[in-house]
Amino acid sequence: MPQWGMTVDLDRCTGCEACVVACHAENNLPVVGPEQAAIGRTHQWIRVERYWEGEFPNIRARFMPVMCQQCDAAPCEPVCPVNATYHTPDGLNAQVYNRCVGTRFCANNCPYTVRYFTWFTPEWPSPLNEQLNPDVSIRTSGIMEKCTFCVQRIRRAQDTAKDEKRDVRDGDIQPACAQACPAKVLVFGDLSDPDSQVSHLAHSRRGYRLLEELGTRPRVVYLKEAGA
Amino acid sequence: MAHNPPARLPVPNEAQINRDLLGPLFKTGPKYYVMLAVLLAVTGMVFVAWFFQLAYGIGMAGKNRPSFWGLYITTFVFWIGISHAGTLISAILRVVQAEWRRPITRCAEAITTFALCTGSLFPIVHLGRAWLFYWMVPYPNSRYLWPNFQSPLMWDFIAINTYLTGSVTYLYLPMIPDMAVARDKSTGWRRKVYRILALGWRGTEREWVRLEKAISIMALIIIPVAVSVHTIVSWDFAMTLMPMWRSTIFGPYFVVGAIFSGIAALLIAMVLIRKYFKLELYLQPIHFDNLAKMLFAMSLLWFYFTFTEYLVTWYGNEAPEMPVFWSKISGRFAPLFWLMVVCNFIIPFPILAIKKLRTIPLIFFASVCILVGMWLERFLIIVPTLTHPYLPYNYGTYWPSLTEAAIASGTLGLFVLLYFLFAKFSPMISIWEYQEGLQVAAKHAGELAEPTFAGQTVPGDVHPGH
Repeated sequence: MPQWGMTVDLDRCTGCEACVVACHAENNLPVVGPEQAAIGRTHQWIRVERYWEGEFPNIRARFMPVMCQQCDAAPCEPVCPVNATYHTPDGLNAQVYNRCVGTRFCANNCPYTVRYFTWFTPEWPSPLNEQLNPDVSIRTSGIMEKCTFCVQRIRRAQDTAKDEKRDVRDGDIQPACAQACPAKVLVFGDLSDPDSQVSHLAHSRRGYRLLEELGTRPRVVYLKEAGA
Repeated sequence: MAHNPPARLPVPNEAQINRDLLGPLFKTGPKYYVMLAVLLAVTGMVFVAWFFQLAYGIGMAGKNRPSFWGLYITTFVFWIGISHAGTLISAILRVVQAEWRRPITRCAEAITTFALCTGSLFPIVHLGRAWLFYWMVPYPNSRYLWPNFQSPLMWDFIAINTYLTGSVTYLYLPMIPDMAVARDKSTGWRRKVYRILALGWRGTEREWVRLEKAISIMALIIIPVAVSVHTIVSWDFAMTLMPMWRSTIFGPYFVVGAIFSGIAALLIAMVLIRKYFKLELYLQPIHFDNLAKMLFAMSLLWFYFTFTEYLVTWYGNEAPEMPVFWSKISGRFAPLFWLMVVCNFIIPFPILAIKKLRTIPLIFFASVCILVGMWLERFLIIVPTLTHPYLPYNYGTYWPSLTEAAIASGTLGLFVLLYFLFAKFSPMISIWEYQEGLQVAAKHAGELAEPTFAGQTVPGDVHPGH
């Protein structure tokens, strides 16, 4: 059983947000408009957090792409009263849209604040409704959603490999964000395969996990040179 | 110890008791209909607002990311807190056989039941897809889908249902003999209704023995249930990882807060019932005085818990907790925080501590302040934490929307409506328990030097150890 994971190389990130746009296109994320965005109702399964370091003129912008960390000990999972969020055997933290009743408890218990709620029925003004991805379901109003590691691409690659009677090769699967990233910040792959690119990067001495001290055991490893 | 002569008030006879306590059931004035219309209008507002929220989406409420919870959960915790009035007063005082409880139990138990009915609406109103709330019920289904018993919300669901069932039973049991009295005094359709509710009560010796036994058993059962309910409500927060929610003292802190606001609500209800039903003879200053002393103890306990909670957080100085802490002490939420301290401690303290100030109007004022303060307390537990999550990039704000405010505030109307209709339907003072109190008093007159029975005395009369 593969164990999916990702590395995020902060030393390479330019903050261009191509990943955010790619995610919107791939996962049918609704664009809510300026009024709703202003009160905190945007959908960004991946977002680029920007922090300022130092004082002007010696100031630096730091960029940090944050998506669902697919925690092994995910705090969102036990709190759902209807089991709408659960762990798949290949280490994905899955969200069952049909089962979700919208208590939003999972989002409250996510230390990364990466869960997004659909406040209203999403609408795409024509012709944008023609560009929706047929592989991804449209979420109805009143349910929770979040980054899936592009599970539709994972399953498609696994199906193709099965048809061709072979194993999934490293690099077969690319989530939309990783595919769109011009600086190759995001690397996705099987952490249980010691030869995969993501395994090599995850064991880098630059590696750390976000809010590791909380014991959530995230599947996403951030890479950052100390003092750089 | 001073030996004041006992200041006795006239004892009402049976006919007068029936007239005073059953009167409101059968006589309806024009004022009643005006009040009913107002309450129905307010309740109607709740359901109209809820209809729009269901039709357009939960986005009609002002919640957002990161503040996924807001007024609804605040008001939910508030009402569940209020519901602790009945249990504590009635069950604990029954178990310890405090005689002065007699005229208080019924109105206290009714608060529990109706506050629970009102409060338990909120977790449903709050859902993104409210029409699917029954998925939290563990019912057998073809796909073997069960609720997640690990979730504190699931515990909540079970605890609140248990508490509601228990408190309805506990309210109903002592009502049975009163329903029989109402049956005997009424005619027409009312007689039919009361006949059903009286369960064929004839008042035989065996019936009384069984009733008393059932009431004592329920009183013993309901106390741990009530404590567990608010503990579990606190675990909705304490079981999470979030800064200033993951606190081990939340269980007792919430239970204390609940009893605190519950007694305040009971005092408000008693003042109003006494005034509008003219029950000065039954609800006497000693009842208010005794409850005010309990309220004072709860105010001190509440302050102790709050002080401990904030002192330990400040001393611990953990990075994720400090933004939440300072937002309450000196930041955006500071006006609400300090208003809470004023309402829950600074105003009630002198009123409830100084004997001369412990008058019915001032107790009423302190109780209203406490309800405001306790509502704020719940709001200040929920919103500052949610708007200050771990990663500072996600700090947010929260403003309730009109829909949300209409629903949350309108449920006060819903609660009062339920209570108001109940007062039309059942005597608000348990007739038989009151009469039993008079008998107990008469039996012991001259025997006991401690006349603490059913409201026959004024405060100066109580001499423990005399």
